[in-house]
Amino acid sequence: MTVIESPRTPARRAPRRGVNLEKWGWIYMRASGVVLVVLIFGHLFVNLMVGEGVKAIDFGFVGGKWADPFWQWWDVLMLWLALIHGANGMRTIVNDYTNPGTVQRILKGALLLSTVVLIVLGTLVVFTFDPCPAGSPAELLPSFCPAA
Amino acid sequence: MSATTTRTPIAPEEPAKQKPGGTLYRGREGMWSWVLHRITGVAIFFFLLVHILDTALVRVSPEAYNAVIGTYQTPIMGLGEVALVGAIVFHAFNGLRVILVDFWSWATRNQKVLFYIVIALWVVTMLGFVPRHLMNVFSH
Repeated sequence: MTVIESPRTPARRAPRRGVNLEKWGWIYMRASGVVLVVLIFGHLFVNLMVGEGVKAIDFGFVGGKWADPFWQWWDVLMLWLALIHGANGMRTIVNDYTNPGTVQRILKGALLLSTVVLIVLGTLVVFTFDPCPAGSPAELLPSFCPAA
Repeated sequence: MSATTTRTPIAPEEPAKQKPGGTLYRGREGMWSWVLHRITGVAIFFFLLVHILDTALVRVSPEAYNAVIGTYQTPIMGLGEVALVGAIVFHAFNGLRVILVDFWSWATRNQKVLFYIVIALWVVTMLGFVPRHLMNVFSH
């Protein structure tokens, strides 16, 4: 007969000394969650509710926002907090529905890889963004560009 | 609960509130809160992956970004954005409920009430968002 273990049975023994990463993961989900409620509700309000909402979003809109360091840092903080929060949540789900082994390692490796790649990509995009790229049609650019 | 129960082995009449709801697991507010938190979380995660990539197109060219973001402005995607915002708003309010249940003993005892407060706040927030958003999506 198959024995179903108690839901609280750990899949592997917790390390006896050193930093308790699971505890800090638990704390991170709550701390980042509270901040993300503010960041994402603000993001949705400014991008979807103000003015013409989603219809107004284009290259010029993004260029206008990221001309202000306030929105650059808002978006970068949102990127880091949300992606790590989401990836850690997905890790919990992988732990719940797979057994320790190759499949679990591949799934967690994919989560780690996609998180690192997208955080690096997103951070570089926000801080190396050129709102007035040379040779682009003037009507697509933000109004503050010399060409526009 | 006492460790030494020497009652007769007849199943006691359980109070109605503690009976399973007839569905999987316990089938009550706590289970549905957990299920919805998990489903909305996964949905938001996969949207986030796509959303970082589409936003990264601003680094390619204005034309590339505008072409992709234009697909977010179609009526079908407009309805998808209602679903996305609905998932985010539930996950946000229910996440705050989880934090309260973790750290505040009153909230632990009253987690069912808090679940209905989450639903009520979700309805109010969506009533504020959906008409405004659909007017933007379906107007020219």
